[in-house]
Amino acid sequence: MPRVAEYELVELRGIVKTFPGVRALDGVDFTLRAGEVHALMGENGAGKSTLIKVLTGVYPRDGGTMTLDATEIHPRTPLDAQRLGIATVYQEVNLIPELTVAENLSIGREPRRLGLIDWGTVKRRGKEMMARLDLDLDVTLPVRSYSIALQQMVAIARAIDQEARVLVLDEPTSSLDAAECDQLFSVMYRLRDQGLGIVFVSHFLDQVYAVSDRLTVLRNGRLVGEFETSKLPRLELVSKMIGKDAEQVEAMDHAPKARPAGDHPVVAKATALSRRHAVSGVDLEVRGGEVLGLAGLLGSGRSETARLLFGIDTPDTGTIEINGQAVTTHNPRTAIRNRIAFTPEDRKDAGIIPDLSVRENIVLALQGRRGWLRRIPFHEQQALADQYIKALNIATPDADKPVGQLSGGNQQKVILGRWLAMQPRLLMLDEPTRGIDVGAKAEIEQLIAELCSEGMALLFISSELEEVARDSHRVIVLRDRKQVGELSGEDIRLDSIMSIIASGQEAAAHA
Amino acid sequence: MTDLIHRLRPKPQHVPLVATAAVFILLYAVACIRYEGFASWFQATSLIADNAPLGLAAIGMTFVILSGGIDLSVGAVIALSSIFLASCLVPPDQGGAGMHAGVAIPLTLVGGTAFGAVMGAVIRVFKLPPFLVTLAGMFLVRGLALVLTEQKRISIIGVESFDPLVDFLVFDFNLPAIVFIFATLLAVAVAKYTRFGRTTYAIGGNEDSANLMGLPVGSTTVKIYALSSLCAAAGGVLHAIGSQSGDASVGYLLELDAIAAVVIGGTLLTGGYGYVIGTFLGLLILAVITVIPTYEGDLNAWWTRIVIGVLLLAFILLQRVAQPRKT
Repeated sequence: MPRVAEYELVELRGIVKTFPGVRALDGVDFTLRAGEVHALMGENGAGKSTLIKVLTGVYPRDGGTMTLDATEIHPRTPLDAQRLGIATVYQEVNLIPELTVAENLSIGREPRRLGLIDWGTVKRRGKEMMARLDLDLDVTLPVRSYSIALQQMVAIARAIDQEARVLVLDEPTSSLDAAECDQLFSVMYRLRDQGLGIVFVSHFLDQVYAVSDRLTVLRNGRLVGEFETSKLPRLELVSKMIGKDAEQVEAMDHAPKARPAGDHPVVAKATALSRRHAVSGVDLEVRGGEVLGLAGLLGSGRSETARLLFGIDTPDTGTIEINGQAVTTHNPRTAIRNRIAFTPEDRKDAGIIPDLSVRENIVLALQGRRGWLRRIPFHEQQALADQYIKALNIATPDADKPVGQLSGGNQQKVILGRWLAMQPRLLMLDEPTRGIDVGAKAEIEQLIAELCSEGMALLFISSELEEVARDSHRVIVLRDRKQVGELSGEDIRLDSIMSIIASGQEAAAHA
Repeated sequence: MTDLIHRLRPKPQHVPLVATAAVFILLYAVACIRYEGFASWFQATSLIADNAPLGLAAIGMTFVILSGGIDLSVGAVIALSSIFLASCLVPPDQGGAGMHAGVAIPLTLVGGTAFGAVMGAVIRVFKLPPFLVTLAGMFLVRGLALVLTEQKRISIIGVESFDPLVDFLVFDFNLPAIVFIFATLLAVAVAKYTRFGRTTYAIGGNEDSANLMGLPVGSTTVKIYALSSLCAAAGGVLHAIGSQSGDASVGYLLELDAIAAVVIGGTLLTGGYGYVIGTFLGLLILAVITVIPTYEGDLNAWWTRIVIGVLLLAFILLQRVAQPRKT
């Protein structure tokens, strides 16, 4: 049923936002109509969250115009935006868990009588507000006694209470299961039909196609385009998000990678690996002397898979075998003892220890495996550090410089050095090339090839699909936290990966 | 009948409070049976009167802890306000200012409130942990109390405007006892029926959320510490009334007893959950435990500390069990 349209509720024109050293938004346009669900799409660094923050008053804009109902607005705080009618519900539910649903709906604007809060009205109003979303729940129970999905509904009910015109949902589905998503979507439809403009941010392509009327794609802080969702094929959406034209990709040269010679044993094998809110049904196998790539969009479950293999998270179901032996205790210590190495995506938070020296960072994992009582003698530490500084071409005056003072690419090499010092059988690299310069990228890709030819097994994750295609012998494609395909040898091409991401392997094969 | 039982069964959020009440009733009943003279009106009123300064501090502390903070300065504030009040009241020929009680008491309370407001502002503006700021406040205030007067203790005898407060008695309740009871009732209402009270819960529940929900987190934080110091200053005034003196060394470690009363009263030390009436009951539990050695004769008074320690632990564990928190 086509709904009555739909006038331009919010118009952003030429929005510019710069941070020291970065132009996060560069002349972005965005239009939201009343009575539509509008998805905002983009990969890492596209500028989605910056745009949302400009819209909701978290950041002031540096340039461009923003109108609500054709009136120029300048929200300075989220509260300011809310008063203007722009309500936001974040991924993490912002409610007070110990207080009741009714109170969470009213707090800060409670009805009062003689200056005292009128709890009867608070309760009645709470019921009415939930009824607007077609939900009937006991509003006298604490919010924490409800599921995340219901808590989100409460947050939405609160957000739209004050005559909201615009509702921004920032990745609302990341911690919901399928049934909960449906519940959320029906609330979204309901509000859309009441004339709200809804901005929907999600990594899940299926959900975007299911709920959105139109979508806007951003890339590297620029507008790629605005499309009717139903008229945009998935493959085209994917190519717009990652910035590669489908036809242009097909024409691109690619050097097929033969599986390296030599019969290497399987180092790691995962069967039907699943974890709630992470990934489901991942089957993979990686041999020595082989690079296995994990491809997928942001949030597709790439890092989550590596975290499971490294034992940071425990799988709900499925098994992991390392060197032919089933893993029973899931923790990084066991993984390290099995000589698995992992360089995490966010090297600042989870990788380097910035105040320790290059030498200390490099010997960290090796020392950890030996146990702290058997201290590595200083001269050995020094020799190791010097060896990897030289081997990895780390640009540092000496091994005693704090790692925090090195450039991103060199920090990445220090982490690599740390794990290589352990002589791992399997090295998992999560976004090793993000945010480092072209020269360093080439060096790291070179290193991957060398390690592989020495017989090491590698698991390579990158959001740069060309890198995955270029460096891997086999590629597993993930979408919406599920394994949707696997490619090997000559089939590994950017266009084939993209079409699997867009529509799954079988559909891609028939296309 | 089953309906009645069902209705009488406490809601999950009231379990700790009911437990506190049960412990108090049990303890009081056992004491009444075991000790002759315990079950007297006089003993009951003096339990309240003797602990009024601590009680007031604990009420203020309840708001602080509900907001997820802590106030270590309350014992020192009681000491400083009692000695400040004493030196205001005592005639000039005895080294005092000779003020009327109607001026000196409000002055003391305003001074206390202002001190708390400053601590709250420092915590808020500089984003410092309340533990450190109020620890500094504790040293500062205790030091001031000891420096301000050469004597550690000033008797307030024969001050015309003050004596009626000392002599005031209704049904064996002296003024400190009455003030404590009224302050409790007032605080119950503030916590339940005012935006200030609800915002306090919200801050303790999740400060980031409270901010994003547009609640006045900053001004409420300042008010919470101002309220705590006001309560402590009032506790100092009550101490002066009860003992007819100001004493710079009173209230050492009293802040810890106040915290214990709040926690035994069922309030989560991490904030966001609890009731003022629980603190009142928690305080009565402490009061009963504290007087038991005087009845027991040869019992070492330090046993009370051990019992309080065990009770505290039991209540913290109860909170864990009764309030399973999502990780």
